[in-house]
Amino acid sequence: MKVLVAVKRVVDYNVKIRVKADNTGVDLANVKMSMNPFDEIAVEEALRLKEAGKATEVVAVSVGPQQAQETIRTALAMGADRGVLVKTDDEVEPLGVAKLLKVVADEEKPDLIIVGKQAIDDDSNQTGQMLAALLGWSQGTFASEVDLGEGTAKITREIDGGLQTIDLKMPAIVTTDLRLNEPRYASLPNIMKAKKKPIDEKVAADLGVDIAPRLATLKVEEPEARAGGVMVESVAELVDKLKNEAKVI
Amino acid sequence: MTVLVLADHDNAALGAATLNTVTAASEMGGDVHVLVAGSGCAAVADAAAKVAGVAKVILVDDAAYTNALAENVSTLVVGMADGYDAILAPATTSGKNILPRVAALLDVAQISEITKVVSNDTFVRPIYAGNAMATVQSKDAKKVITVRATGFDAAAAEGGSAVIENGAAAGDAGLSSFIGEELSKSERPELTSARIVISGGRGMQSGDNFPLLEKVADKLGAAVGASRAAVDAGFVPNDYQVGQTGKVVAPELYIAVGISGAIQHLAGMKDSKVIVAINKDEEAPIFQVADYGLVADLFKALPELEEAL
Ligand SMILES: Cc1cc2nc3c(=O)[nH]c(=O)nc-3n(C[C@H](O)[C@H](O)[C@H](O)COP(=O)(O)OP(=O)(O)OC[C@H]3O[C@@H](n4cnc5c(N)ncnc54)[C@H](O)[C@@H]3O)c2cc1C
Ligand SMILES: Nc1ncnc2c1ncn2[C@@H]1O[C@H](COP(=O)(O)O)[C@@H](O)[C@H]1O
Repeated sequence: MKVLVAVKRVVDYNVKIRVKADNTGVDLANVKMSMNPFDEIAVEEALRLKEAGKATEVVAVSVGPQQAQETIRTALAMGADRGVLVKTDDEVEPLGVAKLLKVVADEEKPDLIIVGKQAIDDDSNQTGQMLAALLGWSQGTFASEVDLGEGTAKITREIDGGLQTIDLKMPAIVTTDLRLNEPRYASLPNIMKAKKKPIDEKVAADLGVDIAPRLATLKVEEPEARAGGVMVESVAELVDKLKNEAKVI
Repeated sequence: MTVLVLADHDNAALGAATLNTVTAASEMGGDVHVLVAGSGCAAVADAAAKVAGVAKVILVDDAAYTNALAENVSTLVVGMADGYDAILAPATTSGKNILPRVAALLDVAQISEITKVVSNDTFVRPIYAGNAMATVQSKDAKKVITVRATGFDAAAAEGGSAVIENGAAAGDAGLSSFIGEELSKSERPELTSARIVISGGRGMQSGDNFPLLEKVADKLGAAVGASRAAVDAGFVPNDYQVGQTGKVVAPELYIAVGISGAIQHLAGMKDSKVIVAINKDEEAPIFQVADYGLVADLFKALPELEEAL
């Protein structure tokens, strides 16, 4: 059984981003980039399936500029077998990414595709569901447990009210939530080994799908700043302020 | 312009975020229709018909929709899409599960978690955990949008008198099936619609200490939330999580206890009207967004607070 994982190169989650002064976007110059945290969880889950003897091959795919190769290398260093880079210097919206991933999936014919629930840059939370729609596959989103059976996958999902369990017909798409697993760190020997693993490169524009953006970003602004607050000395003072100044209790 | 709102519900009651979504739909102009897809959910359709601003409710009552499986509901919505200029759903876990599937089938980009309607093709949405707000204009003929409830007032639950029409089911896609659910039960208000929220973080040290917080919550009629660290450590269930990847809340009063204030947590609560932080570390970043900060040991402060209320 083959597992495909999608890995996106994003601004590292520890970076406090800055909006550009001309309001055209976010300043990405000299900012630390990393694999989207949810995608590390996706890679980890695929590797665990392989280690459990349920998967035979793990392929990591990324859509992005040449540097997205580094993100694929990270997945390879964690233990993925090979990579596919779909190259483009343009920003691709989730719908476009889903279309490109579908081309890769049609070629690779995986039984399971694992993607993150959300990229922490665009916060879209769309790609997995869109890919499932385009492939006509089942989807198990926001998964905190994946249990593969014969031709089915039992997925525990994190939903607003608690947890839900569903059964998916395979092939299927799973999107990862934070508590699915704790991703491993790549060891130094594995980082060395990963350098020799193959990465197949494709050019997005050659794949015959429409990935032109549907949304125009008119401006990007800082969120409204909160006015500075005050420190109180005691619980009594706090309660007094909440009652008489803020009038919220 | 006609806008279809996909109702969030549990077959018994209309989910609160649907009301905020109706407001967003009304701001786009034109007629607002609400789709109630479920089974044995006539009461939900009745409730939706009473919401101010709703012109029509379409009730599709069929076993295929009992658990709002994305594969089934998306097929239904796509089948109805011809009559609509825009399709909106609340950005609940259910809306987020279903709507991108609808968008892809219609070959439309989804606009996620809008917080403002600028015009009927231009919207504001947070990116980078709310550290930037993007104004985006859609070039798609049909708009597919999820709505962040905290960005819009709730439409009045009473006062409307929409017609209820029965819609035809679109069948079971046969791709997935529901096995079970483990829902947290609580007597307290629901986190995303509560007027007051009190959340605990890693500083609570253990789930056994959460009663300290719950006692304060009960005095205030507040909902209880948590940071991811508290959820990860198993102090409380996952549906307590507030933040970029948990729930987004904007109550009148948010009290953060033993929470450092990581950007991912702030993303879920910084639009609260009044923020209180209780933390023993005066350098904790949470104090930068707090209206009232108290540097104190929470194990001393919480019992005092309960006492004082
Ligand atoms: C992709 C991604 C998504 C994330 N999404 C979320 C999210 O949605 N929500 C979220 O919350 N986090 C999220 N996080 C995690 C986030 O980065 C932080 O790790 C987390 O919010 C920290 O939780 P905390 O403040 O409870 O713990 P800590 O940062 O450990 O802070 C604990 C605080 O408690 C205080 N404290 C300790 N003891 C006491 C005491 N006795 N009295 C008073 N104060 C005390 C300490 O001074 C400290 O400030 C995400 C992270 C990633 C990578
Ligand atoms: N450019 C990309 N390359 C590879 N995977 C992606 C890309 N964009 C999105 N994804 C995958 O889709 C998930 C959800 O992203 P999004 O829909 O943008 O929030 C991510 O966690 C990735 O697994």
